[in-house]
Amino acid sequence: MAIFMTILQRLTYAALLLIAVLVLNFTMMNLAPGDVADTIAASMGGADAELMDKIRAEYGLDQPFIVQLGAYIGRVLSFDLGYSYFYNAPVTELIFERLPATLLLVIAAQVLALVIGVLLGVFSARHPNGVANYFVTLFALFGYAAPVFWTGILLLIGFSLKIPLFPVAGMSDVTIEGGFFVKALDIAHHMVLPVITLGSIFLALYSRLSRASMLEVLGSDYVRTAKAKGLSPREVTLKHALKNALPPVVTLAGLQFSAVISGAVLVETVFSWPGLGQLALTSILARDTPTILGILFFSALVVIIGNLLTDLVMRMIDPRVRGRA
Amino acid sequence: MTEPLLKIENLRIELALRSGQAPVIDDLSLELRPGETLSFVGESGCGKSMTALAIMGLLPEKVGSIAGGRILFDGRDMAQMNDAQLRSIRGNEISMIFQEPMTSLNPVYTVGEQIAEVLRRHKGMSKQAAWARAIELLDAVRIPNAKSRVSDYPHQMSGGQRQRVMIAIALACAPKILIADEPTTALDVTVQAQIFDLLRDLGRETGTAIILITHDMGAVSEMADRMVVMYAGRKAEDGPVAPVISHPRHPYTKGLISCVPHLLAKLTEQRPDLTEVPGIVPALASFGADACLFASRCDMADDKCRSSRPPEVAFGEQHSACWKADQL
Ligand SMILES: Nc1ncnc2c1ncn2[C@@H]1O[C@H](COP(=O)(O)OP(=O)(O)OP(=O)(O)O)[C@@H](O)[C@H]1O
Ligand code: SF4
Ligand SMILES: [Mg+2]
Repeated sequence: MAIFMTILQRLTYAALLLIAVLVLNFTMMNLAPGDVADTIAASMGGADAELMDKIRAEYGLDQPFIVQLGAYIGRVLSFDLGYSYFYNAPVTELIFERLPATLLLVIAAQVLALVIGVLLGVFSARHPNGVANYFVTLFALFGYAAPVFWTGILLLIGFSLKIPLFPVAGMSDVTIEGGFFVKALDIAHHMVLPVITLGSIFLALYSRLSRASMLEVLGSDYVRTAKAKGLSPREVTLKHALKNALPPVVTLAGLQFSAVISGAVLVETVFSWPGLGQLALTSILARDTPTILGILFFSALVVIIGNLLTDLVMRMIDPRVRGRA
Repeated sequence: MTEPLLKIENLRIELALRSGQAPVIDDLSLELRPGETLSFVGESGCGKSMTALAIMGLLPEKVGSIAGGRILFDGRDMAQMNDAQLRSIRGNEISMIFQEPMTSLNPVYTVGEQIAEVLRRHKGMSKQAAWARAIELLDAVRIPNAKSRVSDYPHQMSGGQRQRVMIAIALACAPKILIADEPTTALDVTVQAQIFDLLRDLGRETGTAIILITHDMGAVSEMADRMVVMYAGRKAEDGPVAPVISHPRHPYTKGLISCVPHLLAKLTEQRPDLTEVPGIVPALASFGADACLFASRCDMADDKCRSSRPPEVAFGEQHSACWKADQL
């Protein structure tokens, strides 16, 4: 019962947050110069002032701001994100076409960064004077310092131009024929470099934090108890220490979700990955307001879902969180 | 006289300090007999916990090491055992409970799992059998409603209850030796008495020998059969509790006892801990000196005390390392 109430509470917060995001997005887009009428006029090769007014009236752009905002929120709540005059397609359709590619990239990069980051962190905490330790420190420094597009381009030059191990661009090879498995393998092949590029920044973050967290936990009283029970070093580390060292890392990963998405925009551009990032870039250049708003809305949605998931994982790991409302 | 269960011979433990290797325990010998309760007493920093951790093979990693001597358990030298051999003894034949019940249990597992785990590890019990036994053990350490409390997490229990859970874990495999390192220091007075009662009763029922480390002289006189008085990493005096308390053969023991006004007060009454003997314990770096380390605080000290280490002298079952033991 209690868990039901908490979930309900979290969902309410999430919904309120989403509306706040909508208001903010719409307001900001309105403050920016240029509107849909400009886009339409541009696509028609120019229009006079009278025609522009007509277009504005038709799309409700002559209404007071607050009315426009209300109408927009109403439309979004009925799952209508508007129509893109630039792409000549409904925004929802545009987004759903590309969302899977971005989600695939983002989730793969997060999982890779978390799994390898935590493993590296644990290993280097267990061997404070070993090579892994220097590797983590060095890698973390590199991961923080190197800009994503630079790492991406470097990897491209290295592993698809000089040594042609991986494809240069895109998400799949249209010429490949075969069943589901063959296609999946092809996509995985295309994913390698983008995922490494995006994951490496976060891998650096997570490995450093898990190392610090693990070092602290390994010195705790309950780890001493676990040793006093005669458990093996593996059980002590993986069963008793790791589960206690995870919460800070999970929290950080949740907080980084939005950073991973914005990182994905850059990575998609470098690797011509057909996701939301590319769509965002083109629609910004084209001042395609409905599409931009739609993408912002979906990004916020993904971040909010990511945070809800983080919350859920934390509850699974730590019974003390479960006790709280 | 029965064969000792645990026999420590000339144990030397060194710590890697910034200034180099320094002994924290120097030439310590003692015996623990089956089923008896032996108490370690002495001021903070004199090496009681270090000795206990050495027996467990749990000296602080990369800092503490056994530099000499033997720890004979059932005739085998634990100081020479490898980690796998030690692990099969730890928590099984020798187990230990610690001073801080609030933090000694793992917060993310149920208490039942934490008890059942040792049974699976050492007794090869199945999940169900171990869980059922965990409930019996919780009951044995007098936690009411054991059946429902077994799935509680540590944060749902009080300090006293957590220490009971620690005792249940320690006694799960029916060990030959239980080391209790200041098991009640962090608890309030009425709970302290309950924990001491529990330890004493369980010790008697199961025939487990107990090494009780405590600052509470009242608890020593009530619970222990014999006691070891430690000072600055060495044994000052040891022997059966009654003669040591009524006729101490070392000025340090005398000082400790005179600090406690009502030694034989009831366990349930509040008693002062060992208060200070005037002066302070010498620095860790001087623990290896060839002298009586108590000399700076002893009003009987003379030049001989300051220039050579006193040997152990026997008075029946009582031993004292003092040049003037026979004058006391
Ligand atoms: N990890 C460590 N590194 C360096 N020195 C240590 C370490 N642990 C303990 N010591 C030192 O070793 C000495 C003996 O410590 P020990 O814990 O055995 O004392 P104790 O008799 O148990 O004292 P207390 O009554 O306070 O528990 C102390 O001087 C302490 O400062
Ligand atoms: S040996 Fe000397 S200094 Fe040491 S306790 Fe005995 S009398 Fe005091
Ligand atoms: Mg201690």
